[in-house]
Amino acid sequence: MAVQYDRSKPIPGTTVFDGAVSRKGYRINRFAMSFTQPENRAAFTADEEAYMEKWGLSDQERQFLRDRDYRGLIDECGGNIYMIMKLGVCTGDGLYHIGAQLRGESFEEFMATRGAAGAR
Amino acid sequence: MAKIVGGIGSSHVPSIGKVIDMGEQDEPAWKPLFDAYVPVRGWLEDLKPDIAIVVYNDHGASMFFDRYPTFAIGAADSYAIGDEGWGRRPLPDLPGDAEFSWHLAESLVYDEFDMTICQELAVEHGFLVPMNLCFPHEPSWPVSVVPVAVNVIQHPLPTALRCWKLGQAIRRAVDSCPRDLKVVIFGTGGLSHQLNGTRFGHINPEFDNRFLDLLAEDPMQLTEMTHQHIMEEAGAEAVEIIMWLTMRGALSENPQQVFRNYYAPMTTGIGLLAFEE
Repeated sequence: MAVQYDRSKPIPGTTVFDGAVSRKGYRINRFAMSFTQPENRAAFTADEEAYMEKWGLSDQERQFLRDRDYRGLIDECGGNIYMIMKLGVCTGDGLYHIGAQLRGESFEEFMATRGAAGAR
Repeated sequence: MAKIVGGIGSSHVPSIGKVIDMGEQDEPAWKPLFDAYVPVRGWLEDLKPDIAIVVYNDHGASMFFDRYPTFAIGAADSYAIGDEGWGRRPLPDLPGDAEFSWHLAESLVYDEFDMTICQELAVEHGFLVPMNLCFPHEPSWPVSVVPVAVNVIQHPLPTALRCWKLGQAIRRAVDSCPRDLKVVIFGTGGLSHQLNGTRFGHINPEFDNRFLDLLAEDPMQLTEMTHQHIMEEAGAEAVEIIMWLTMRGALSENPQQVFRNYYAPMTTGIGLLAFEE
């Protein structure tokens, strides 16, 4: 049987969202999933600290979110990109802003690497 | 008897939905993409399918990791437009054909595919973008739909081979339906892209074009791809391409390829492939 996900061959610059990562990120991902409801988006926008408290985020998760450190939420806290992206509607940071951060580049540096950056 | 009349492989990049809502299809960076779908829409208008089976993945609208199904099939009278974090798109709900969905579900389960049957399901960009690109929606959608959701976001994922076999089982299910229905099947997602880590933005046009070649000429080769291979070559999130194998598995051995397009302006290799039976 071919090995579908070979943990002995880590892929450079890549996180594979498997059970271990999903377990680690369960709380922050559940928090981010709550942003699919407009009343929750409004609650976060009105009082970020209270909303994070309501969801019982860890101190590290809260600090990363205060700092708008998506790399931290994803790489350190097990955040799944499709969930963390949902925070962007309230924080004003879209996918490419998050992506630039993941790459360690500025937004402009990242956009300069794209083929037709008008297609954003 | 029901029959599959065509298959379409289409990327489902979410920003396409926003462009459509803002009416910006003629922006220079987007025009090449939208132009490629114009003849596809015309072809579908002539084909007049009754049903569109759309194989896609939910990126966190109706499904979460608390209980994320490996394979799910919609069996509702209609499907709402989901809110995946940025509000509901201004589209009408999609009409379902619950009787047809239940026929498919029964055939699939007895054919030993373990489907989660969803009697309520809101659909999001994975489903909506290809539908939006291929069909008009005003005043209403011209087809009834059957959403088929596949887990491609939380490993362990079903294998490429399993997705291909699901397509074959869907074919058997459609063929055994006594109603005179014309069915098109969509495989969505991909092509190459990575949205995490320092390799965010990775695309591989060579891999993508080879994938499109093989999907037409030798799909069995693609059923041997491991997730590891896809992730290494095409990016972690490119595993979505196994859903195109479900579409291809539902078609006959040598369907006629009618359209093909590839465009990679930003962070995704945007592919389009259409076959007519």
